[in-house]
Amino acid sequence: MPGLLADYTLQNVMLGAALIGVISGVLGAFAVLRRQSLLGDALAHAALPGVCIGFMMAGAREMGSIMGGALFTGVAAALLMVALTRNTRLKMDAALAAMLSLGFALGVVLLTWIQRRGGASQAGLDSFLFGQAAATTRADLYPMMILAGIALLGVALLWKPLKLMTFDPDFAAVTGLPVQWLERLLTAMIALAVVTGLQMVGVVLMTAMIIAPGAAARQWCGSLLGMVVLSAVLGALAGVGGGLVSALAPGLSTGPVVVLLATLIALLSLLLAPRRGLIPAWWRRRHRRSHTSTDRILQTLYELAREHGDWRYRVEQGAVDAYHGMITEPQLSTLADRGLVVPAQHMPDEGRHWQLTETGVAHAAEYAQRRRRRFGNGA
Amino acid sequence: MDHELGQPHEPDLALHVEDLTVSYGDRPALWDIDLNIPPGVLAGVIGPNGAGKSTLLKAILGLVPLSAGHVRLFGHTYAEQRRRVGYVPQRSSVDWDFPTTAVDVVTMGLYGRMGWFRWPGRRERDRALRALEEVGMDALADRQISELSGGQQQRVFIARALVQQPDLLLLDEPMAGVDATTERSIIDILGRLRREGRTIIVVHHDLQTVQRYFDWLIFLNVRVIAAGPIDSVYTARNLRRTYGGQVALLDEGRQRNGGPEDAGPAG
Repeated sequence: MPGLLADYTLQNVMLGAALIGVISGVLGAFAVLRRQSLLGDALAHAALPGVCIGFMMAGAREMGSIMGGALFTGVAAALLMVALTRNTRLKMDAALAAMLSLGFALGVVLLTWIQRRGGASQAGLDSFLFGQAAATTRADLYPMMILAGIALLGVALLWKPLKLMTFDPDFAAVTGLPVQWLERLLTAMIALAVVTGLQMVGVVLMTAMIIAPGAAARQWCGSLLGMVVLSAVLGALAGVGGGLVSALAPGLSTGPVVVLLATLIALLSLLLAPRRGLIPAWWRRRHRRSHTSTDRILQTLYELAREHGDWRYRVEQGAVDAYHGMITEPQLSTLADRGLVVPAQHMPDEGRHWQLTETGVAHAAEYAQRRRRRFGNGA
Repeated sequence: MDHELGQPHEPDLALHVEDLTVSYGDRPALWDIDLNIPPGVLAGVIGPNGAGKSTLLKAILGLVPLSAGHVRLFGHTYAEQRRRVGYVPQRSSVDWDFPTTAVDVVTMGLYGRMGWFRWPGRRERDRALRALEEVGMDALADRQISELSGGQQQRVFIARALVQQPDLLLLDEPMAGVDATTERSIIDILGRLRREGRTIIVVHHDLQTVQRYFDWLIFLNVRVIAAGPIDSVYTARNLRRTYGGQVALLDEGRQRNGGPEDAGPAG
């Protein structure tokens, strides 16, 4: 492994992928919180024509010129989207979709045109579609470093304004912040992140690098700072992992591998995060039953029956679950075993129902009386 | 008479609005508003849905472009008086799933006077905690805002405005969707602020409580129907003119007033 890590190409790949992960993780966190996840997608696709224009102007596969072109058309598309939503009846989602497909169509047309024109040097251009990590050279890294540096410095310097604007734009404006300019700046920085990742991850899948780390980090963190930092770390993890795999398996495009990794991280976060994850939440619901005695659930059935003036009233299990905020199946089964309730069916399209037995009614009434004596009539 | 910018204009009024018109697209949301509110009152803004109540607050705060007219706070423009004004937007205007704590949200109320680059420290946190204490939320200071109830979230929003120690406080439907206890405690807080000499303007939707809560009232329905001390403007006639043909409300207004159709000219 040490020998492998000393490999010059691999060093470049890992460094580049880490850079992409960090910058897109940081800015993606803001995009996710601002519900602008698809902005990255539209920007990436709109950057493709810029890649071609940059290539044509430089006459060679020169990264500085290509990234400059990509940044230019990306930002132009973003500004156009804002203008579209402001001045027409188009909503943001429609503007995003329009810009995404328009940019991609233009890019592919230019791409084929360049290829038809021939010349050996254009060979690598279509790797911008799905990304190619193995081809990364040290010279490619410098413009990436500069872009990443600018974006990170911007976020650090403007931390408070960006945070306030992300949480509550109206309040931010009231405190005197130039919210519109900050929004444009943030969009431009997201464009920077996208452009940084174009060569390695590709335009088609760059959006996952923007969304997945932020969405994953949100699951684990209770502060914006924590979320942004963790998002950067997770982004770097996905980037380096994807970069390595695709560099070691020649011919494998980087974008898809990175996306699979990032999605896996996001999926695990959605499932496992202690406070917000699905599995811990399910576990808590399940666990709560030890705090809610079977008597309380019997009482719920009893109260419902009394309110409906019918001791034979059939209660749907879903209603009992909802009332107690947990799965009551085990308790109801216990009650059934004790002969206090019996399962019943009501409407064919409804779930399982439960009905008090005569013993059940007596038992519940006695329990209610005990409680009344203990807590007074108000309880 | 020509007025020069920077010169105080109506400095004895907490809020002076003249000839204000705001329009969204082709329809005016506010039309030709004239409004004067003296310092030290607790004023309610009432009117039906779409009357422009929130828009009025936003126009005062410079959040929406004015088609015509001007607004002065204690004689000066909002930009000049930013630090003396607190704003509590509608609770539903933000995403409460944002990763932050109650005390952190209140600290955001201090960002405006901290400059762009300085990070909040001990002093800011202490001030935020005091503001949370004022609204009875200090025990939940480090709780995630997503885990707070609606009423608790509303009180965090109020604390964020209080931490600025505003002389003029604007609240947009602070009682919407909160339980009776929270509503009680909110109105207690507002009453205390008024006794301290601050001016409070509240967009309100519940006619039942108007007379108990406020000492000044603005009837709004795109135009100002009436405005002034509650005793002189809270009349069946003004209610009818504001709410149109909503009979149930009318009857209630008449019952509450009990007496003559109209108590006098609106202010």
